[in-house]
Amino acid sequence: MRQIAYDDLVKSVKAMVMHTASHLPEDALAAIEKAYEEEQSEVAKSVLKQILDNAHLASEEDRPLCQDTGLAVYFINVGEDVKVVGGSIRDAINQATEEAYKEGYLRASTCDCFDRHNLKDEVGYNLPAVIHFDIVPGDRIEIEYAAKGGGSENVSRATVLAPAQGKEGIKNFVKQVISDAGPNPCPPIIVGVGIGGTFEVAAKSSKHALFREAGTPNPNPDLDAFEKELKEELNKLGIGAMGMGGTQTVLAVHIEKNPCHIASLPVSVNVQCHSSRHSHITL
Amino acid sequence: MAEYHMTTPLSDEDVSKLEAGDIVYLNGTIYTARDAAHKRLVDLIEKGEQLPFDLKGSVIYFVGPTPPKPGEPIGSAGPTTSYRMDSYSPILIEHGQKGMIGKGKRNEAVKEACKKYKAVYFGATGGAGALIAKAIKKAEVIAYPELGPEAIRKLEVEEFPVTVINDTHGNDLYEMGRAKYEVKD
Repeated sequence: MRQIAYDDLVKSVKAMVMHTASHLPEDALAAIEKAYEEEQSEVAKSVLKQILDNAHLASEEDRPLCQDTGLAVYFINVGEDVKVVGGSIRDAINQATEEAYKEGYLRASTCDCFDRHNLKDEVGYNLPAVIHFDIVPGDRIEIEYAAKGGGSENVSRATVLAPAQGKEGIKNFVKQVISDAGPNPCPPIIVGVGIGGTFEVAAKSSKHALFREAGTPNPNPDLDAFEKELKEELNKLGIGAMGMGGTQTVLAVHIEKNPCHIASLPVSVNVQCHSSRHSHITL
Repeated sequence: MAEYHMTTPLSDEDVSKLEAGDIVYLNGTIYTARDAAHKRLVDLIEKGEQLPFDLKGSVIYFVGPTPPKPGEPIGSAGPTTSYRMDSYSPILIEHGQKGMIGKGKRNEAVKEACKKYKAVYFGATGGAGALIAKAIKKAEVIAYPELGPEAIRKLEVEEFPVTVINDTHGNDLYEMGRAKYEVKD
């Protein structure tokens, strides 16, 4: 059984989290640059310019891209033939998250649901991290990370359609969610759509769909075509960058599909703002 | 679409000439507050007690910045989504607030208060927190330090760039912009 030291895991994850807060990944940057080129509204174009200037400044000066440095969200695939020694994987991820947020001067945003007090002093600085584990074959640990902001999370929605509603029903639901969201989730956005599975599988898939690099095709040709169709439909809404009106509302639509119950058609839409801060490492 | 440079506090005359879509560069003092601080301000008004700053002519920025690095006045400081302040803003506007800075849609009550008492809602670019921080020269927590990022801060700003979303005439840039670019099948 391959071994990974707890401290090495903490160190790698911490470095990734700190870097991600101030460096917009290439795929997001390229997608925004493309939107800037294609935008027809002068007002929206000036907003996109600000977004690009901000990305360059944040990277050069190592400043957080956005004051909402998010909740730390991880999808972690743990190989069956690898073991972390010196502590648990969950503890390592939480420790790395806390240290990165503290030392990187990032904002602690976790709070109690009811009285809304910040949990930084009792649970930990921006803890707990949101961690989705899976067990896979092999001796590696693959970690996908995103700093997920609240504004775009707030407009995300899930439903269970009747099977007869089919693709048309899915299209209408996604369109309604993005139309209702309007300027609020900081467009231009990436739209993650989880289809099928059970209620919670659809939601989780819609989140995971956001981790795919923007601009890469869906490996399933049918879904790839559906993604392109949805993107075109959504851009007809005219919302534009920061909702000021424009042709470039959606940078990409990403779909993940799962088999579902014969009685159901679960659909979830998870929205990602233009500050799509994500990263991955394999240990 | 006009461009203005304005210094706070803002007057009725200042805000009345603004129209949805105008670009304004703000100078002077502005205050930060999010939901929790708004609730406290409204509670003070209802109890007839004094507020931690003078509302008359004031501009409130909806922001919860990241912690400043040593030697810097503030961390990244872009706008948060404004609808969470919708239930409080009309009361503050009635008591003299002239400007709000945030992002995202406001409800009818806020738009109505902007018309009735002469106030404007400005949009700043969400997710441009590093860039916007450059316009903030000084920051000082003046109330509710226990709220952390949500404490009320007094900011000194220079040429802080905002766009008028809701003006005193009932116009809404989000509706106007979208209507112009929406493609109906």
